[in-house]
Parts: sequence; C-alpha cells; structure tokens
Amino acid sequence: MNFLHSHRPFEILLVEDNPGDVRLTREALRDTSISHHLHVVTDGVEAMTFLRHQGNYTGAPQPDLILLDLNMPRMDGRRVLALLKKDAKLRRIPVVILSSSQNETDIQSAYELQANCYITKPTDFEQFMGVVKEIEEFWAVTAELPLVAKQGQTN
Amino acid sequence: MPTPHYIRPIEILLVEDNPGDVRLTQEAARETKVHNNMHIVSNGLDAMAFLHHEGRYASVPRPDLILLDLNMPGMDGREVLRLVKSDESLRRIPVVIITSSQAEEDILRAYDLQASCYVTKPVDLDQFIKVVKNIENFWLTIVKLPIE
Repeated sequence: MNFLHSHRPFEILLVEDNPGDVRLTREALRDTSISHHLHVVTDGVEAMTFLRHQGNYTGAPQPDLILLDLNMPRMDGRRVLALLKKDAKLRRIPVVILSSSQNETDIQSAYELQANCYITKPTDFEQFMGVVKEIEEFWAVTAELPLVAKQGQTN
Repeated sequence: MPTPHYIRPIEILLVEDNPGDVRLTQEAARETKVHNNMHIVSNGLDAMAFLHHEGRYASVPRPDLILLDLNMPGMDGREVLRLVKSDESLRRIPVVIITSSQAEEDILRAYDLQASCYVTKPVDLDQFIKVVKNIENFWLTIVKLPIE
C-alpha cells in the first residue's frame, strides 16, 4: 500500500539515542502532509522489545518503516539489523540506516546484512530535516509497502 | 541537499522488456545530476549473464543499482531477485523492483526476498516519468550506495 490517500497513518519506528536527532526527525515529519505516527526507542534492546510486542509494547503496531541508527549503547544498529533480517516476520519491514558514519565498511556491511538503504545524516539541521522528508516521501508515497499484520499480534 | 560524492559514474542495470518503459527510464536517468551509465537487458537470463560477466557481457561493469521489472518472458524478475540475493558476490547490490503488478503477494514476496524497495509503474505517462525521477532522486542523491 502507499500512504498518500491511506485510511491509516504511516507507522515509523525511529531507533536513535541522540535526543537532538530525535527532535529534528519529529519536526521534519510534522512538516509534511503525510499522516504518521513516530515511535521512538533509544537503543537496540528496546527496538527488539517494541518489534516483538513485549514488555511495555504489547499493543504496539508493527511499523511500516524502521529508521535505524548504527551507534547506540546496549545493542547497536548492526546487531538489530542482523536480528531483523533473520526474522521471518520482521524481515519484510524496510530498514533505512540513518547514521553519521560515512565509513565504507559500515556502508558495505549494512547492505550485506540487507539494509534496504543507507543514508548518512547531514550535519546541517536544515539538510537533516530535508533528508528525513525525502525518506518519508519516498517510502510512504513513491514505494509500495507490504500490508502489515494487525496491531498487537505476536505471531 | 548534499549529494553523495562518488568518484566515478554510477552503473545502473535496468532489467526491463518494454521498450517504451526503457526509453522513459533512460531519459529520466540522463537528467539526474549524478553522473550515471545505464545498461539495459530485457529478460532474466540476460540479467544473470550480465551480472556474471558471461558471453558478450564479459567486460561489463558491476552494477551499483539494479532496477528490475517482474514480468518478463523466460526468467522473470522474481527469479532474478532470488538468484541475486542468494549470491554472495551480488547480494549487496540494492534491487529496486519497478513493475506494473499491484498484487499484494508480489509486493510481500519482493520484500521477503530482500528487494530494497518495490515501486508500481503508473499507467499515465507523466506520472511514470515523475515516479522514475523520484526513484533516481532517492537512490542516486539521498542514499549512499555500496560502491565497490
């Protein structure tokens, strides 16, 4: 489905430990006309709990898109990506790596782990917000996404 | 918007059997500000020969991005996707499915097989061009491709 004329909001899971980047992302998404819900977790452990509908997240919706930082405490984005892409139910959710790392090894290994795409965070605020909007525009409007399982289902 | 800095043209493999769609896609790619070369094959067998540098494709470059139609004669895009993703030397290459199919099972299967994304071809010509430009804008100027 695509979300331009959708009956339900675009569900985005942001996995990001930097509060400044979280705020910029939230603001950028607020600026667009696409109805969305932004869920934020700040490390990989919380991300997996959210996606598996465990702990505080038993009623959480399955996201349509995951924005995943790489460098985070406890469990980093590389580990999350590996777990997601091994999971038969979760691997279909597009994962956009959004990282400050421009390291070629990080880029190569993200694609090796089947990240859908890798995007480097601009350091400039305006450009950062512009990139977030482009991400939403592409994945919510240009691309078709799979219909997801209903909210709260654990299997 | 800061464009990723690539030191050489981006090599794109377009796997598409409809000549009209090929032409539109080529024209849109020419207008993108990131220098790119587009290589065309019209069926799955040629796509795999290209990717494996077989026969007349012995000296072709490795694509940085694959644009893949689903419905083609002989070997279709679904099979190409499966083969690319099970090949250690090819699986890192992002594959963008561009197809007229809106079937939910095609969409789901593409993402399950780890296509990078799935885009439906609009029937309207102007919309089609717009969509191809959106794809090229996103994948060539926003995304960092795994350049080898």
